[in-house]
Amino acid sequence: MSKRIDVKDLNVYYGNFLAVEDVSINIEAKSVTAFIGPSGCGKSTFLRTLNRMHEVLPGARVEGEVLLDGDNLYGPGVDPVTVRSQIGMVFQRPNPFPTMSIRDNVLAGVKLNNQKISKGEADALVERSLRGANLWNEVKDRLEKPGSGLSGGQQQRLCIARAIAVEPQVILMDEPCSALDPISTLAVEDLINELKDQYTVVIVTHNMQQAARVSDRTAFFNIAGTGKPGKLIEFAETSTIFNNPSQKATEDYVSGRFG
Amino acid sequence: MTSTLTPVRKRSALTKGQLPKYAPYVVLGVALVLGAAILALIGFNAFGWGVVSAILFAAGLVGWSAAVEGSRKAKDKLATCLVVGAFLVALLPLISVIWTVMVNGIPGLLNPGFLGTSMNGVTGVFDNRAAEGTGPVIGGIYHALIGTLQITLLATVISVPVGLLTAIYLVEYGNDRPLARAITFFVDVMTGIPSIVAGLFAAAFFFAVVGPGTKTGAVAAVALSVLMIPVVVRSSEEMLKIVPNELREAAYALGVRKWRTILKVVIPTAISGIASGVTLAIARVIGETAPILVTAGFATSINNNVFGGWMASLPTFIYTQILNPTSPSNPDPSSQRAWGAALVLIILVMLLNLGARLIARVFAPKTGRR
Repeated sequence: MSKRIDVKDLNVYYGNFLAVEDVSINIEAKSVTAFIGPSGCGKSTFLRTLNRMHEVLPGARVEGEVLLDGDNLYGPGVDPVTVRSQIGMVFQRPNPFPTMSIRDNVLAGVKLNNQKISKGEADALVERSLRGANLWNEVKDRLEKPGSGLSGGQQQRLCIARAIAVEPQVILMDEPCSALDPISTLAVEDLINELKDQYTVVIVTHNMQQAARVSDRTAFFNIAGTGKPGKLIEFAETSTIFNNPSQKATEDYVSGRFG
Repeated sequence: MTSTLTPVRKRSALTKGQLPKYAPYVVLGVALVLGAAILALIGFNAFGWGVVSAILFAAGLVGWSAAVEGSRKAKDKLATCLVVGAFLVALLPLISVIWTVMVNGIPGLLNPGFLGTSMNGVTGVFDNRAAEGTGPVIGGIYHALIGTLQITLLATVISVPVGLLTAIYLVEYGNDRPLARAITFFVDVMTGIPSIVAGLFAAAFFFAVVGPGTKTGAVAAVALSVLMIPVVVRSSEEMLKIVPNELREAAYALGVRKWRTILKVVIPTAISGIASGVTLAIARVIGETAPILVTAGFATSINNNVFGGWMASLPTFIYTQILNPTSPSNPDPSSQRAWGAALVLIILVMLLNLGARLIARVFAPKTGRR
């Protein structure tokens, strides 16, 4: 239940502004890939192109190919909704639906699409997803309470449970821990480690230690200056990026000399 | 030779140079007495007493404060006086209106049969008898109440779908396109249309489509919805705009289609604001008089069919009772009925406003931790 992603010569635009230039990257199935780099270098923008969330913004567009197990996401006639149901996403800020209970939040992907599901199946799916997100024991007694009443870390894990409830092939995480305290961060990182047994995980992070802790491979993005497009500088095994990078810019960044 | 010197002070050094707590009350008392004295010289009246006392109070308190506390505190006191004064001035007409309507309206409202009977068959003969004291004031507002409720309900049924769908187009699909900008502009223009023009439009429209002289409750409802739609569009648009984009993105990322996202995430999140906006729009049009006069006419008997025949409503009832009293020689029973109808109308608007608050609270997203 996981697919690989191959990106070929991808250019990402906001209107006429080239935000990310010429990225080619191969993301392995059942692994954790981390994107690191300074603010504004385009790593989140690039991540959002991987499930066609980029084009939700007015004027945003993409040139190039993104292949999910060989199928081009940007091919003619591809429905972005199909893409997004296969490639889930967790956002920087926890965003549970405020009108829904915890249980309905987990079932959102099913219920919002009006798929029929029996109560027994729904219960099983809720428990499986919440266990998968390490949240079951904390919320099992208050599934009917609103999701916005949880703590920030619990809300973020609820969002992860919501994402895995639709059983995607790939999970994209856009700085999932940046709004969380260290304990919640640890919970989410443990979860990422478990998720990679079943899913392909791509995570954007500002925290280099986090990239070193959770990822198998790391991509370093950088930007030449304000108004210039972001570029993929180096992509390798995480240990190589942090211990023996081939590029000077990567070494400067991971050793804390800038950024 | 060691002695501990404990400084004995009556007041803390940190609170030195402040007016005592009772200062405003002292100044108020002095201002009231002085104001009464000044007014006594030129002829006493309550309104002048209030104005003079308020000016004296502000001057006295600010002056005292400037002498004791310094200019910063004095400016603060001056600003407080101005803000409270403005609030009282704004409150005055409201209280005055409610008071007048209550005093004049309650006798009519308490009249038996006022809410349950119409004006059908009530002629000047009965009113003359009532004025002479040989009979009761008869006649009521049942027909007008029915008319107001039916016309307003139909106007709401027309306006809410049109207004809400327009707002959804503007917020979710408009993307600042020329069409969206044109709609926004014309909605703004519509907000400023005088209500009589809306009435003329609806009347002319039905004259052209159905036939000359078509006056029914439905025509009035169309006129009212011309006035209501821009209000509904505006309030719903604002409510949809404040739904965080993150929620839309969260739904998209789950593979939910855009229209489902709008229907099941965006609207439920904004429903409390939309519902209270709609209620306030109803409260806005329920008291319209001019457009109903030219579209529904005025009836004295009960008409339960909003699509056929002339129909009364509370505002037009008040208008005709005052302007054309049932008994021209003894207008008092008519004006008593008019005041009673006015009180009922105000109570209706007040209930709608309370309803808006209740709706907002019931539908608001729950955030409790328990």
